[in-house]
Amino acid sequence: MEFGLSEDQKLLQESIRGTLERVSPLERVRKAAESREAQADDIWQALAELGVPGMLVPEAQGGMGMALLDAVLVSEMLGRFVAPTPFIGTAVLAPLALAGAGTKAQQETWLPKLAAGEIVAGVAISEKASGARDGAGVAASGGKLSGKALFALDAATAGILIVADKAGGLHLVKGDAKGLTKVALTSIDLTRSLTELQFDNVEAEALSGGDAQAALRRMIDAGRVMLAADVLGAGWMMIEKAVAYAGERKQFGRVIGSFQAVKHMCAEMASELEPCRSLVWYAAHAFDTMPDEASLMAAHAKSLTGEVGRFVARTATEVHGGMGFTDLLGLHYWFKRIGLDRQLLGSPERVRHEAAVLQGWVAAD
Amino acid sequence: MDLAYGPEYEAFRTEVRGFIAKHKDKAPRRFGVARPSDEVIAWQQLLIAHGYAARTIPKEYGGYGAEPDILKSRIIAEEFTAAKLPMGLANQGISMLVPTLLELGTEEQKKKWIEPTLKGEVIWCQGYSEPGSGSDLASLQTKATEDGDDFIINGQKIWTSTAHAADMIFCLVRTEPDKPKHEGISYLIFSMKTPGIEVRPLTTMTGHAEFNEVFFTDVRVPQKDIVAGRGQGWFVANATLKHERGMLGDPNQAGTRLKEIVDLMNEELVDGTRLIDHPVYRDRLAHLQSRVLAMQFHGLRLLTAASKKEDPGIARLIVKLQGCEINHQLAALAIDALGEIGVLYGDSPHLRAHGSWQHRYMFDLGLIIGGGTAQIQKNIISERGLGMPREPKPAKA
Ligand SMILES: Cc1cc2nc3c(=O)[nH]c(=O)nc-3n(C[C@H](O)[C@H](O)[C@H](O)COP(=O)(O)OP(=O)(O)OC[C@H]3O[C@@H](n4cnc5c(N)ncnc54)[C@H](O)[C@@H]3O)c2cc1C
Repeated sequence: MEFGLSEDQKLLQESIRGTLERVSPLERVRKAAESREAQADDIWQALAELGVPGMLVPEAQGGMGMALLDAVLVSEMLGRFVAPTPFIGTAVLAPLALAGAGTKAQQETWLPKLAAGEIVAGVAISEKASGARDGAGVAASGGKLSGKALFALDAATAGILIVADKAGGLHLVKGDAKGLTKVALTSIDLTRSLTELQFDNVEAEALSGGDAQAALRRMIDAGRVMLAADVLGAGWMMIEKAVAYAGERKQFGRVIGSFQAVKHMCAEMASELEPCRSLVWYAAHAFDTMPDEASLMAAHAKSLTGEVGRFVARTATEVHGGMGFTDLLGLHYWFKRIGLDRQLLGSPERVRHEAAVLQGWVAAD
Repeated sequence: MDLAYGPEYEAFRTEVRGFIAKHKDKAPRRFGVARPSDEVIAWQQLLIAHGYAARTIPKEYGGYGAEPDILKSRIIAEEFTAAKLPMGLANQGISMLVPTLLELGTEEQKKKWIEPTLKGEVIWCQGYSEPGSGSDLASLQTKATEDGDDFIINGQKIWTSTAHAADMIFCLVRTEPDKPKHEGISYLIFSMKTPGIEVRPLTTMTGHAEFNEVFFTDVRVPQKDIVAGRGQGWFVANATLKHERGMLGDPNQAGTRLKEIVDLMNEELVDGTRLIDHPVYRDRLAHLQSRVLAMQFHGLRLLTAASKKEDPGIARLIVKLQGCEINHQLAALAIDALGEIGVLYGDSPHLRAHGSWQHRYMFDLGLIIGGGTAQIQKNIISERGLGMPREPKPAKA
């Protein structure tokens, strides 16, 4: 038994860290956010050179056939550098959908393109993960989709979209399909694109090569683990920034990091967040090798990082005083990223309810 | 990452199950409060003989002498927990003194003390805190002055758990009063029967006398009963505290408690409805489950790091703070879910689980304070884990 990262995994994470340090500095993130780039193409390109888009694509289709735990390490770094990339939709959820439920032809057509970073894939599964709002819901009939889906991930520039219908079926829609309207949703977090998709009798191919319901379940679980890892990375960056700032800023003739109130805020953040790393690793490993535990552990990882993330985001901001509240410092990019992570694909309260149902504590409603 | 056990370990699991099936009737039902009951001692010795307690302690010192293997230890814990059987004894002698002697004791000290301690025959208490020296332990004043081959000890300890029932004490005393405070301390082990020792029990908020005041008046102790040499006491004490903090933050205990609360919330009815059907209590339960699981996996991570001789850094420093807090929160949830029934205590009618949730809720607060308070843990995490500045010394008045 070994509960930890392999040497290869440590190297993978270091290389992603090194690349993002170079290509995703705060100025680049700020530029993407201010000019409402849906994604920073140069950052995504740099990651594509490392093979990131094809991490989870099977080797037979030109990918690297890696595990969700490997994707966790990348997601953590993307959170750390608040990188505006279409990673979760394109590199994680769409490959899982296609590999799990796509026909052979769908897999042969799209997986190599995803692996090569040639196209971006958007994913619309929010209604199935967090519930339908404002009349959202997609109906499928005779190869056509109607209705709307909110909070689609990475859909703005997507070449293909993977869409869940009300019954839990999965469909593949071309990004430029006739009758499809994309409406940008603006969240607090401008480092990631959220889209409302409106379908007016839009042509769609069902993913009919496997069990779509099961594939959708896997997508939700994987998405939750990715968001949890994103919080882990973003949260630790906030702690490190708080500690560094507290080591420089002076008041009352001494650095504020020598005030115990400030030290204890930092210690509390670290001691809440670091156990989340162990939980996120376990959830990813369960996804990879222990299917019976996967959904429960994904729910726990999502819930705990949601709660701890909120605490870290506000506390690290407080350590920075007024400066933390400014746009100038840019700390708010992390604050907002963590804020979005908490709600996407199921809030803590919602996923804890799911956890209770999964364990038979209560009947499903 | 590899949580699979493999055939060797599955065979080991079968062996543990075989032991449990054969011997489970011998498991103690009466534990004894301060001193282990005869049943407990017999059970402990049976466990050691089969390698389910004192597993990695060398045979020559009364242990089982197995190679350290975190997986086997985990299997033992899993199987005993699943069968709701008590594991081996975990008192201050076994958890703190034994590892300290193994690391720093002389051959003679190891030969003399480890075996009877493991067997539950010799009970120890920890004489560190004094009335004027709690968090600032290094300021301790109990002094030991040289007199021929002996030391003469005078002073007072306080909050000394189980001193009223202990045979022996491991005790910090000031042997070099002229040295800086950290360098003048020595770690002595001696009998609680030595003339000049007076123990006065202190009743705690739980209603039991769980700790004591211990007074020393001209207590004569041979100099050879020092561990690791004169002036080394601070270093030895820190080695011991490391083991204590590991024991206090044990996440498997939290896992067992969580299971008990799940059962309780399934069984208890209010107006005919199960507690677990109440959405607010259920949400608190699921939230605590996330925290408990995180700490259990965290424990696996630390074990893996230890087996590879890697330094887990800040990951280790947070265990006492998190573990004790989660245990306390678990007890709080059980009490809240039970409501008025949750505050019954003593031998009241309608009492649940012998009042143990209230006892734990109070006692766990003691554990948040003992072994280095939560605030001291945060000092350590911020200074050693995050590299933040130490508290500046106040200017002399
Ligand atoms: C149940 C229990 C069992 C115990 N068993 C034993 C035992 O067997 N043997 C033994 O030797 N001792 C034992 N102790 C004593 C324990 O180690 C001390 O109580 C503990 O170290 C705190 O010391 P104190 O009680 O003097 O509190 P103080 O040190 O006076 O602390 C009071 C408050 O001040 C805070 N404080 C103090 N210094 C600082 C600082 N630098 N920064 C921030 N806050 C600070 C503390 O966190 C606390 O909140 C036990 C205690 C308990 C509660």
